[in-house]
Amino acid sequence: MKGFLAIYLREILLLKKRLFRVLLSFSINPLLYIFAFGIGLGKNINIEGKTYLEFLIPGLIAATSMLQAFAINVEINISRFYLKIFEEFQASPLSCFNYALGEVLSGVTRAILSTLVILLISFLTGIKLYLNFYFFLTVFLNAFIFASLGLTSAMIIKSHADQALITNFIITPMMFLGGTFFPTENLPSLIKPVIETLPLTMTSHILRNIAFNKSFEFSHLLILFFIALLSFIMAFYSLKWAKD
Amino acid sequence: MSIIILRVENLIKKYDSLYALNGASFEVKEKELFALLGPNGAGKTTILRIIAGLTNPTSGKVYIFQKDLLKNLIWAKSQIGIIPQHINLDLELTIEENLFIHGLLYKMPLSLIKKRINELLEFAGLNERRDSKIKELSEGLKRRVLIIRALMHQPKILLLDEPTAGLDPHIRRKIWSLIKNIQTRGTTIVLTTHYMDEAENLADRVAFIFSGRIIEIDTPQNFINKLGSYALDVYFSDELKTFYFNEKTAAEKELIKYSKNYFVSLRKITLEDVFLQYVEKRL
Repeated sequence: MKGFLAIYLREILLLKKRLFRVLLSFSINPLLYIFAFGIGLGKNINIEGKTYLEFLIPGLIAATSMLQAFAINVEINISRFYLKIFEEFQASPLSCFNYALGEVLSGVTRAILSTLVILLISFLTGIKLYLNFYFFLTVFLNAFIFASLGLTSAMIIKSHADQALITNFIITPMMFLGGTFFPTENLPSLIKPVIETLPLTMTSHILRNIAFNKSFEFSHLLILFFIALLSFIMAFYSLKWAKD
Repeated sequence: MSIIILRVENLIKKYDSLYALNGASFEVKEKELFALLGPNGAGKTTILRIIAGLTNPTSGKVYIFQKDLLKNLIWAKSQIGIIPQHINLDLELTIEENLFIHGLLYKMPLSLIKKRINELLEFAGLNERRDSKIKELSEGLKRRVLIIRALMHQPKILLLDEPTAGLDPHIRRKIWSLIKNIQTRGTTIVLTTHYMDEAENLADRVAFIFSGRIIEIDTPQNFINKLGSYALDVYFSDELKTFYFNEKTAAEKELIKYSKNYFVSLRKITLEDVFLQYVEKRL
């Protein structure tokens, strides 16, 4: 397991060295969404008996944890194409499993940090959310899925430029349609079933229900677990494929 | 009798229709410093990458301590240290942090990691700079860190890809000294270079490689002796031509003859002359 620790520790050391910058970047997007949509646009909107800001925060946690976990692909790309550090890992007796686990868990750590930043901001703006173990387990699974997908995309692409394509065509639409900013009940019936099966949508639903102290679909949590497992297997095989 | 620590058999590496390696074979003895010498694109780096397990060969075999590399890849990787041509260190991390991460990658116990870091920093004269970030170091110091990082897990075989490319002459000599010291301590070294003086100064044996094939293997001195002892450079108006002699008197006779019309220079034969002879033969 030391191999996994080497990868994880490296990422955490880098994160620690840039902590101030990282925390600032974690805060700026949620703050903008909270001010623009929550306070500005959504001041007089009520959804399911809650203010729009209360509705927004759990969705924002789901979306931000997704973005931060997926963002490991940028660091991996720099390691692979620019610094060539990826070769140092490839030359070592480190297994693909340990490499993938180290990278994915570093993505999860970034996601958890960004979640804590949003929770702090919402606390400061007077929003009270109910939090329990399942809330953080859901964030963990959501982050695990998107960190695994981030690693997979980083292994599949051939250059920095390709990465932007994946983000623009998959991650950004998911962020806007996956129950972050509005209830998915309002979506056209044609695309609704597709949107409901996205991991981000399920995460938003679970987090919102827990935050409002309502019961949630436990089956959604199990589905997230299986998607996480599947995503990790994909990441593992993409690493093997990337060797040559 | 010397033990064969590394055996490369008929390696072929094909990228689409291009052959990067076309049947390269050689053996390296334990504690030997073996140099692969050839022009750019000859296949030197590809050989090192295959031995390090970074690239799969199209066909052919590599044996380390008589064990098939591909069948024992994880074990083989722990026996090898590779120093790439480019600086692939974490620029934001300190020297010590880079070495520490390497130790964890190679599953070393924590106490041994700390011990090796202290030993290697002392060995490379970097003790004072252990907390310096890599991005704050000069190119020469970065290269030293790269070398000691590869030694962290005490590899039996060290692969160096163009270890002094682009460095100033005085820094090159310091790196040479470091490499020779590593060999003296019992590590087998395979290095690639296109600097003839580097191979002549460091290598016990040299393999000339052209177009993915090993042409000849011998000691630098034997290569030189086969060509003669003295070289006379004659600067004709359209080309520089070199003549080789076994006897100094014969060389001096020619020197007098050519010096009437051209600039001439008499010197000892070097490995570069041997290399140029191979290039000429292949053109």
